[in-house]
Amino acid sequence: MSADYIGEKNVAISGIGQSEVGRPSQQSAMQLTADACFKALADAGLTKDDIDGVACWPGDNNNGDAFSPIGPNALISTLGLKVNWFGAGYEAPGPLAGIINGAMAIATGLCKHVLVFRTITESSRRQTDKTASALNNKTIGRDSSFFWQWYTPFNVRSAINLAAMYAQRHFHEYGTTEEQLAQIALTCRKNAELNPNAVFRTPLSMEQYLSSRMISSPLRLFDCDVHCDNSIAIILSRKDIAQDLRNPPICIDGIGSALKQPWSWDQIDLTGMAAIDAAEMMWRRSDYKPKDIGNAQLYDGFSIFALIWLEALGLCPRGESGAFVDGGSRISRQGELPINTNGGQLSGGRTHGLGYIVEACEQLWGRSGERQLPAHNVAVAAAGGGPLASSLLLVKE
Amino acid sequence: MSRKLPALNSDNQPFWQGGEQQTLLIHHCADCEQYFHPPAAICPRCNSAQVSPRAVSGHGHIVSFTINYQPWADDLEVPYVIAIIELDEQVGLRLVSNIVGCAPESVAINQRVVVHFVQFEDVWIPQFEVVS
Repeated sequence: MSADYIGEKNVAISGIGQSEVGRPSQQSAMQLTADACFKALADAGLTKDDIDGVACWPGDNNNGDAFSPIGPNALISTLGLKVNWFGAGYEAPGPLAGIINGAMAIATGLCKHVLVFRTITESSRRQTDKTASALNNKTIGRDSSFFWQWYTPFNVRSAINLAAMYAQRHFHEYGTTEEQLAQIALTCRKNAELNPNAVFRTPLSMEQYLSSRMISSPLRLFDCDVHCDNSIAIILSRKDIAQDLRNPPICIDGIGSALKQPWSWDQIDLTGMAAIDAAEMMWRRSDYKPKDIGNAQLYDGFSIFALIWLEALGLCPRGESGAFVDGGSRISRQGELPINTNGGQLSGGRTHGLGYIVEACEQLWGRSGERQLPAHNVAVAAAGGGPLASSLLLVKE
Repeated sequence: MSRKLPALNSDNQPFWQGGEQQTLLIHHCADCEQYFHPPAAICPRCNSAQVSPRAVSGHGHIVSFTINYQPWADDLEVPYVIAIIELDEQVGLRLVSNIVGCAPESVAINQRVVVHFVQFEDVWIPQFEVVS
């Protein structure tokens, strides 16, 4: 440990809540959000009057589209919260940025209890427009976005095209095979079979994986996460206060949020992404080591990202994630490093970030039912692909 | 097939319109003598404002690629190849583009490529063909 002041160590997760995972849901985005928030408050043993901060990634981006229909403004007004601080915004280190911002608000003393949330309704949206999330729909008319204009004129229509080029490069540099990559999807499905909230729960075989439709080579249909309607809320509390609440505090032992490369999908390390910057920072802020991890929840918006996170986090050597996951035993619930134990986003549903925190906490608290791992105290959650990356080291005390 | 086109400004206009003269224009910093992409008014390495577009050879190689099979829109002809190209002028000088003029399944990493332009309205999109 070399950093001098590590303020996140004063912050703990005190409660979690998740709405139904609908495909699609009949509830409105705000109904899903309120459901998740009240569940999280009850879990922590707090009321809305205790909440003095609200954080979200990415917020409603002034348009409230299905990618993130509810932001802090709407939630504060709807629930009648009285806060010292609130914040949201897309330009941050990936889907865990709400947790990181909330932790900073507590570490500075602005807040005692921050409600972090993330709502997504992409399944409902796709009932009427399958192209709703296409990159070329991010801007109207000519593309004035500083970044997407370097992709959309070449018919990069989805982030999968960019993720696929990372996978192709990983295959080329390290000899990773499609059967090895398949283990991410197969492992997630096996875990989802034991998660009543998961979207896809029927068994998936290697044969089914290999015969599934190619979307953007070498990535297939089963390498893509599954859209859903969902909201998740996480309560962050100052650690000394959290010690008197319902749940054993799960402390944020280290944040990884660094970006030391351009914010770009092609000008960065193609097989390390921004994940290498975030992970290096996280471990620098902790005394724990990769061998201490009891459960790893790794971003699987596309399967290749999970392989890259395995390496970036030092859970296996650089370039060896393919061999590490080969056969699937090491990353299974019975293996040395269980990953994505709720089915990840590939089979559990694209909750887009906070689902990894929910599962990491459920496992640490021993509340994961049929899929519960043997008791352990240290977990890692990592989210994002390309230039979006952040990670959290979580420790139950 | 139709294209999503960029909004032109003084920073990106040389890149998107250089093809009218069949030249690929990449921004270059006179102070640190390095190319950079995407173009901008400031060099990202040394922050010098002494930057300007410079014609490059248009030759390079494929760093990675993907064959897109998914018909994201009705007017999209699939499959097509998206690639990350590294230009010969400088190690790490990369851009995203397309590989055209060959069977998508024949594309491979490290193949040598050369630029060709395709015009849509006032934009000349640089694409690459494999050099045999």
